[in-house]
Amino acid sequence: MTSLLVAMGGACGALARYGIDHAVRRFNRGAFPWATPAVNLLGSFLMALVTGWAAFGGFSPSWVRTLLVTGLCGALTTFSTFGMDTVRLCSGGARSPAVLNVLVTVLGGLVAGGIGFGLAFLLQG
Amino acid sequence: MSGVFRVRARRRFPWAAVLAVALGGALGSVARYGVSPWIDRGGAGFPWSTLVVNVVGCLIIGAVTVLLEEIGDPHRLVRPFVGVGVLGGFTTFSTCVADVGGLLAAQRPVQATFYLFGTVALGVVSVGCGAASVRAIARQATGSAERAEQS
Repeated sequence: MTSLLVAMGGACGALARYGIDHAVRRFNRGAFPWATPAVNLLGSFLMALVTGWAAFGGFSPSWVRTLLVTGLCGALTTFSTFGMDTVRLCSGGARSPAVLNVLVTVLGGLVAGGIGFGLAFLLQG
Repeated sequence: MSGVFRVRARRRFPWAAVLAVALGGALGSVARYGVSPWIDRGGAGFPWSTLVVNVVGCLIIGAVTVLLEEIGDPHRLVRPFVGVGVLGGFTTFSTCVADVGGLLAAQRPVQATFYLFGTVALGVVSVGCGAASVRAIARQATGSAERAEQS
C-alpha cells in the first residue's frame, strides 16, 4: 500500500520536473541548465514545509508524508541530472559554470529547506 | 493550408513521452523506497541509503548517457523513460537536504558537512566514472572490430 503511494507521488514528481524543465527551456536559451536547480530548490522547500508542518504538530498522517515527501518531493528533485549537468559544464572547458551549479544547488537547497521549515513554524505558531 | 497543419502537428501533446516519464518516475521512486531500509539496516544514524542511492544513480546516468551517444540514434522514449523518469525518480536532492537537517538537529554539524559535500563530490566523480568506463569499453569494442576487419 505504501509502495503505491510512493509510486503515485513519484510519477507526479517526475512529471512536474519534466514540465518545469520544458517551461524553463522555453525562456532560458543559454547553456546553463537552470531547470535542475529550480526543481531541486522547489522540492527542498516543499519537503521542509511538509516535514516542518508535521514536526510542529500540524495535521499530518504518515501516509501524507509518504506520498508528498518520499514520493512527490523525492522524484521532483534529482541528483543524477545535477551530477550530469555539472560534469557536462566541466567538460565544456570553463570551470566557473560548474562551480556555480554546485553552489546554487547546495546553498540554495539548504536555504530553500530553511525557508520551508521556517514557514511551517510560522503557520503552526 | 499546409502551414496550419504543421503548427497543429508541432503542438500535439507528447503523450508517449509523458507516460514514459510518469512510469519511469514511479518505478525509480519505488526502487529508492524499497532499497533504502535494506541499506540502512546496519548504519547507526548516518543517512547511508540516500548517499548510496544518489551515487549509484549518478554512476548509471553517466554510463547511460555515453551509451546512448555511442548507439547514435536511440528510440525517442529511452531518454524520457530512463534518464528523466527512472534515474530522476531514483535519485533525490530533497531527501539529501532533509538528511542534512536531521544531522544538524541531532547536533552533528561535522557529519552534516561531510555528508553534504561528500555526496556532491562522490556524485560528480561517479558520473565521470560511469561515462569513462562505457567510453573505454566502446573504444575497445570498435578497436577489436577494426582489427577483425583488417585480418
